[in-house]
Amino acid sequence: MIEKKDLHYVAALARLKLREEDEEKVREKFSMVLDYVGMLNQLDIEDVEPLISINDVTNVMREDEIKESMDRETLLANAPDKMYGCIKVSKVIE
Amino acid sequence: MDLYNLTLHEIRDKIRSGEISAKEVLDSVYKRIEAVDGKIDAYLTLSKENAYEAAEAIDKRIAQGEKLGDLAGIPMAVKDNISTKGVKTTCASKILENYIPPFDAHVYEKLKEAGAILIGKTNLDEFAMGSSTENSAFKITRNPWDLERVPGGSSGGSAAAVAADEAFFSLGSDTGGSIRQPASLCGVVGFKPTYGAVSRYGLVAFGSSFDQIGPFTKDVEDCAIVLNYLYGHDERDSTSLQVEHGDFTQALNKDIKGMKIGLPKEYFEEGIDPEVKRLVLDGVKILEGLGAHVEEISLPYSKYALPVYYIAASAEASSNLARFDGVRYGYRAKEYSNLEDLYINSRSEGFGDEVKLRIMLGTYTLSSGYYDAYYNKALKVRRLIKQEFDKAFEKYDILISPTSPTTAFKIGERLDDQLAMYMSDICTVPINIAGIPAISIPCGLSNGLPVGMQIMSRALGEASIIKAAHAFERNTDFSKNKPTL
Repeated sequence: MIEKKDLHYVAALARLKLREEDEEKVREKFSMVLDYVGMLNQLDIEDVEPLISINDVTNVMREDEIKESMDRETLLANAPDKMYGCIKVSKVIE
Repeated sequence: MDLYNLTLHEIRDKIRSGEISAKEVLDSVYKRIEAVDGKIDAYLTLSKENAYEAAEAIDKRIAQGEKLGDLAGIPMAVKDNISTKGVKTTCASKILENYIPPFDAHVYEKLKEAGAILIGKTNLDEFAMGSSTENSAFKITRNPWDLERVPGGSSGGSAAAVAADEAFFSLGSDTGGSIRQPASLCGVVGFKPTYGAVSRYGLVAFGSSFDQIGPFTKDVEDCAIVLNYLYGHDERDSTSLQVEHGDFTQALNKDIKGMKIGLPKEYFEEGIDPEVKRLVLDGVKILEGLGAHVEEISLPYSKYALPVYYIAASAEASSNLARFDGVRYGYRAKEYSNLEDLYINSRSEGFGDEVKLRIMLGTYTLSSGYYDAYYNKALKVRRLIKQEFDKAFEKYDILISPTSPTTAFKIGERLDDQLAMYMSDICTVPINIAGIPAISIPCGLSNGLPVGMQIMSRALGEASIIKAAHAFERNTDFSKNKPTL
């Protein structure tokens, strides 16, 4: 079973927090899945290269041309809080 | 027979001949939705106003003598993780409950251009994570064949809509089986393209190296028609293939004499319901009767597909879902005392349990100290699984297996059994790992519930799949089975 502190550490890395009442259940589920995927340790695959690219398409580039993006109003339409044509958030720098 | 009962190509022919108008077709579909969607709940959003506007425009163009394409005036449903400009796109998540995309997904752009009409957006497991549509934050969708059972997932809404004649075709997305498995459980045709064949631009990303968009249709001919409009290079998706794909309808009505079919024995072993196995093998016999050569083969690495998937796809998901932070769009928590809390509270309140679990799993396997033990290892096994398929396709044109180990399970049955839920995808996941194409087609009923046959081929081997699937459909009656609602 994953340690409680490790579970909370992982949650914090993912910017998530667990409710106290859910903690045990999540811990169990998480551990069960982790144990299951640990099945891969049965294999001796030292010399196998990890597969990164599924098809042969790599390093796709475009010319560095200035193109139309999207207007400010459209971009801000879904913003939860805005002011002065910007998205408003809490203080970032102390 | 009502218009909504017909197939895409039948409606297309009637519109072309002037027998019916696009408006009449829409009327029929919305009438059907009114009659049955209260029971099925396939749709999250209906876009009636836009739909009728589009239908009017199509009817005008036809009246002016314009010759339009296959999809002109055809009403379609789109899974709610595919961006539709101006129409709410929620991914069945509280975190995007009121999100309206300012742009269209590539596929939606193309289908609109072709004249297809959006009926509405369909329900899914939240962020496409699930195999039953029970993880939707808003509601469950019921299987039209038995309302106490799941339609499968994650594209349950799209599958149910086509199965219940609430749409002539629909779009879903498939990361580990999310088109094929619900197609199997709902008795319709579902197709996952070769990775890279259909642009993912506008598809809300889950597992970027696994995701593909594909159609649900009532028969194989309709499937081939829709694929023609979905496939094609898109420079906005940097994993998009630059390949001439040709006309998939050319693969219809073809002879399959001499076609080499492999049956990977690992896909017929434990965990597969004996009735499902029997119906799929009966189906294979039919193909054999049509002249195909069938041989049993072995794909031992397929046994490791689910662990590879749950490590790699979750890792990709943890990265892809980092953008949902309450800042620029989506749900922002009401209470927070600093920036970090803004992120933590918005995400913790906005995401459902399964999504949070997978994000954490992905984060864990990518973290320092565990990266080699889990993620890197998963990528190595991914290579082995893919190589095994590549080798098999040197000898065989297609491989066949059941799509799902069982027929539709009861709502709530697997919610407490994490691994049992994941096992629903045991036959479909290896296909996404290898990036190859596959279809699920109906091959019979077991206790009144649909069973699906999965046909897979090499990357860009779509024609072989359609050839075999259509030959099977022409020589059987399974596509005519409909649920009673």
